[in-house]
Amino acid sequence: MKKQIKTEELSFEAAFAQLEEIVGKLEAGDLSLDDALALFERGQRLATLCGTKLDEAELVVQKLSASGALEPFDVDEER
Amino acid sequence: MRQMDLFSSPEPMTPITVSGLTRYIREMFEVDYRLQDVWVEGEVSGVSRPSSGHIYFALKDAASQVACVMWKAAAPMFGALVVHGRQIVAHGKVSVYEPRGSYQLYVDRVQSKGLGDLHAQFELLKARLEAEGLFAPERKRPLPEFPHRIGLVTSPTGAVLRDICSILSRRWPLVELVLAPTLVQGEEAPPQILAALDALYQRDDLDLIIVARGGGSLEDLWAFNDERVARKLADSRVPIVSGVGHETDFTISDFVADLRAPTPSAAAELTTPDRLERAAQVTAWQSQLVSAMSGRLHDWRAALVSQRRSLAHLSPQMRLANLRQHADDLISQATLAVSHQLQLRRERLTGLVARLDALSPLAVLQRGYAVVRRDGQLVKSVVQVSPGDRLSVRVSDGEFDVTARSEV
Repeated sequence: MKKQIKTEELSFEAAFAQLEEIVGKLEAGDLSLDDALALFERGQRLATLCGTKLDEAELVVQKLSASGALEPFDVDEER
Repeated sequence: MRQMDLFSSPEPMTPITVSGLTRYIREMFEVDYRLQDVWVEGEVSGVSRPSSGHIYFALKDAASQVACVMWKAAAPMFGALVVHGRQIVAHGKVSVYEPRGSYQLYVDRVQSKGLGDLHAQFELLKARLEAEGLFAPERKRPLPEFPHRIGLVTSPTGAVLRDICSILSRRWPLVELVLAPTLVQGEEAPPQILAALDALYQRDDLDLIIVARGGGSLEDLWAFNDERVARKLADSRVPIVSGVGHETDFTISDFVADLRAPTPSAAAELTTPDRLERAAQVTAWQSQLVSAMSGRLHDWRAALVSQRRSLAHLSPQMRLANLRQHADDLISQATLAVSHQLQLRRERLTGLVARLDALSPLAVLQRGYAVVRRDGQLVKSVVQVSPGDRLSVRVSDGEFDVTARSEV
């Protein structure tokens, strides 16, 4: 069996891609009951993770200083 | 004349009204016949075409500009020549628009004067870079589907940055924006844009770079027609998206970029997926997961039921049960047969008894005969009896003893 990475460590992109793959596999059938249940569970976790990431994300804006360092930047303060 | 009347008050300090002054100035223009029939050469800028059908614009050269208006009546004939950046020769009269106290050229005729200087420069540079292959379609790179970090070259103040941030917050807040601030207008803008791009090129964590500026005249956007900027953009390792000016404005940067967005806001939209769309997709997949899983479970359950059924047919219990039933059948058949036999026997017995009855001596005795015995022996002859012998006589309903008296 493939090495399973903990869902918490995944980026949205990776979780989204894995979820799509799992849905495809589960819909195609020809799986053992154990494999299907494991995929189903993982799919549910990935879907939750994707939803959470979408709901909780907040745009981060940073300004590149003259030295090349990043500093936090508040858009609304610059007027 | 009325003009003279305005200043002919007997009191030296008597003020005149604003409209009085404005009207006076307008009449000054209108009495000058040279201003009532004049040809003016200049570059068109700041064209506005409101729904009234009139066209408002400015004519300018290196040092000055003059406001112009073309009434609706002249627009169908000459309006097409009033194009931003174009060098034209306009005919009309000069007068004052009193509500604003500004003088303007009322244009009634236009002649084309070929492309304006800036426009000509633009076309030359565009042709040169195009010939070098800088705009080639095969140079255009696709954008990543899910950008993690976007570099942004624009002014740190102003609406463009705010618009881009609000669109990113709404559409795809998972992204991180790295702002490389720069001037976007004037002589100093091109070197600053180059420095901003260089600073972003130092990083290796960007998925793409947006170069943005709000709308403006051809001069306002000129920094994005700079050859150095164009070549710097072509050097980028990550895709460049340009969002400069309005939909109708094209700059050299637009042609070099991997993707031209019609406006800065459109650049933010074109580079990011839509959060709501993706969330809906995730929800759809989630329900597909559930229905696929319950479909699988249903299949397995059905398979299980049918296997259990065929197993039952083959099981020893089933055979035992069959045998048991067979045995029960046999037993009941046997029971039936036996009782039938018994019945037959019983009937035969009854027949025999009847026949036995018919042969019984008792029946003869009934008819009045008697049986005589001497010492238990049947007396069938006189020779068996001597006088004085005790004999027993049996009749139908009992026995009694007699004594023989004489010989026969």
